[in-house]
Amino acid sequence: MAICSYLPDLLCKFPAIDDTTIRMARKSVDDGFKALVREYVNIIDALVQPLQWFLNYLEKLFVSSPWIIILAVMVAIVYYGSRDMRITIGTIVSMLLIGFVGLWNDTMVTLAMVTVCTFIAIIVGLPIGILMARSERAQSIINPILDVMQTMPSFVYLIPVVMIFGIGKVPGLIAVVIYAVPPMIRLTNLGIRLVDKEVLEAADAFGSSPWQRLKNVQMPLALPTIMAGINQTIMMSLAMVVVASMVGVGGLGRNVLQAINNQFFTVGFFNGFALVAIAIIFDRTSQAYGKRLQKHSEVIHG
Amino acid sequence: MASHAIEVKNLYKIFGPRGRDFVDQVKAGLGKTELNEKHGHVLGLQDINISMPAGGVMVVMGLSGSGKSTLIRHINRLIDPTAGEVLYDGVDVCKMNENDLREFRRHKTAMVFQKFALLPHRTIIENTVYGLEIQGVPMEESRKRAQGWIERVGLKGFENHYPNQLSGGMQQRVGLARALTNDADILLMDEAYSALDPLIRVDMQTVLLDLQKELKKTVVFITHDLDEALRLGDKIAILRDGKVIQQGTGQEIVLKPADEYITAFVKEVNRGRVINVETIMKPLSGNPEGVPVTVGTVLESAARLMTLANQTIAHVVDANGRPVGSLDLRTLISAMVTPIGHELQAA
Ligand SMILES: Nc1ncnc2c1ncn2[C@@H]1O[C@H](COP(=O)(O)OP(=O)(O)OP(=O)(O)O)[C@@H](O)[C@H]1O
Ligand SMILES: [Mg+2]
Repeated sequence: MAICSYLPDLLCKFPAIDDTTIRMARKSVDDGFKALVREYVNIIDALVQPLQWFLNYLEKLFVSSPWIIILAVMVAIVYYGSRDMRITIGTIVSMLLIGFVGLWNDTMVTLAMVTVCTFIAIIVGLPIGILMARSERAQSIINPILDVMQTMPSFVYLIPVVMIFGIGKVPGLIAVVIYAVPPMIRLTNLGIRLVDKEVLEAADAFGSSPWQRLKNVQMPLALPTIMAGINQTIMMSLAMVVVASMVGVGGLGRNVLQAINNQFFTVGFFNGFALVAIAIIFDRTSQAYGKRLQKHSEVIHG
Repeated sequence: MASHAIEVKNLYKIFGPRGRDFVDQVKAGLGKTELNEKHGHVLGLQDINISMPAGGVMVVMGLSGSGKSTLIRHINRLIDPTAGEVLYDGVDVCKMNENDLREFRRHKTAMVFQKFALLPHRTIIENTVYGLEIQGVPMEESRKRAQGWIERVGLKGFENHYPNQLSGGMQQRVGLARALTNDADILLMDEAYSALDPLIRVDMQTVLLDLQKELKKTVVFITHDLDEALRLGDKIAILRDGKVIQQGTGQEIVLKPADEYITAFVKEVNRGRVINVETIMKPLSGNPEGVPVTVGTVLESAARLMTLANQTIAHVVDANGRPVGSLDLRTLISAMVTPIGHELQAA
């Protein structure tokens, strides 16, 4: 540009570090990371082994059980959770449709995956959320981390996950959990912080210990909000299974991925709709359950 | 269980992040409005010195925002003071460590909250046993004790309801039952009766008075209702802008209001039920005539005695039946209707 002729070079062209330096730095970081992983590969494998077992066990259980039993259990859970005939019938119809178009087994694999992910997200998210609610300091440290986890494109953190764990179900699982756990943490934190100050004061006035406070007051009153967190976590795990299938997770996600690669329009939509159906079932059931929990929890004065 | 007095000494509370820094200025005369305008801190309490009678009812009164709730919360340290001490049995509550404080709250205090503060996810009976549950009292026993108080406050049959299924007055009585079930030495009642209808209110006042006859707890009772204060209070303190402007017995406050604020406060009170006969009796001249009236009788009761006996004259006798003064119906009625201050000045 003409304007550059009046300006010193430094202000006109951005003084970037030169390519060679960057390449060197990049290489040493990558190599260092790889070496580190290689060093600890055994420990890492041993650590994630239980996850692998758990996942495999559940998958086998879901896939090999007769479909009618699975359906009966699902219907029972949905009905118990929602106490709503419409949701229950919707569940039966959509599961039957999924079976008819030949996606039963893949759906079971995905279901197993989502179940394990949700389970882990709760186990990890709940204590972190509680910690955040108890300490401003923890909150100010954890919040930016959650921001990063939620906004970082999932493909980016798949890279280190694959570098550490290789290709397979467990890395997929971990990627999904990283993506799905933030709402669990945030809503646990929020739910506890929103507990009526007056009620907490009453609990204190009677001499509750911190644990009694948490168990008797904070957790029960935060439960509806925590349920909303669990709901979000489930939704996000379902959304993530397609991405996770890129690193070797089976089920509906893999079918979608293959459909994208081969431009199988119909297959893509069938699998997509199957995912949507499961998502809606989970969503409606957990929301209805959450609403029922809330029934008595509103404080009404006067 | 012997009750102990509570001593509040030089208590200051300034709300805000740097409250401590302003104590000296407040001591030097910085007012509530100035403190708020200049420094953005709220003066909650200043220089409170009250000694609450052991085994008696201490009533705290004052307009909205005068610091009543703040004061009562210092006694079980739901609020930490900015300066000063709260002594119970010679121990400063404000210096207790976490464990001692918890034990103190569990075993020595029970509180009724202005806004009820019931646990919304628990039924009435589960709410009522809360204090005992925290102490680790076996379920069966705590339920039995709770049941008794639920019945006493008139909520039998509602044990398994949830708080949001009850009216405000009913919720307040649950709060009362919850506190009474704890059977603690100190009973803190923050406008515990304000949501009750007049009939139940009188009934609950009777509950408290009966309880006092038997158990002699140290009660701190906040109310807006002077008649209630006079009925219940062994001692009354009146707050304004976080300061005690007068404290004493009901008689003292009604007869010698410290300033216009209190004069306005006591103007509407039913004097006949507060003032005692010895306050207005004349010295005995000659033989005692008319109906005998014991010292300590309020004017209204004396008037009733005289009317029943169809007499216009009475004489006051002390506890041993010795005559100490005389009384006529005209003086008595004028004391009931005109501000007694004038009477006393004239006498
Ligand atoms: N946590 C707080 N932070 C700041 N100011 C407070 C806080 N709590 C109370 N205050 C202030 O302290 C003053 C006294 O409040 P308090 O609740 O003790 O009044 P009260 O006498 O109980 O009134 P009411 O009759 O309406 O219940 C008020 O000016 C209030 O704004
Ligand atoms: Mg108040």
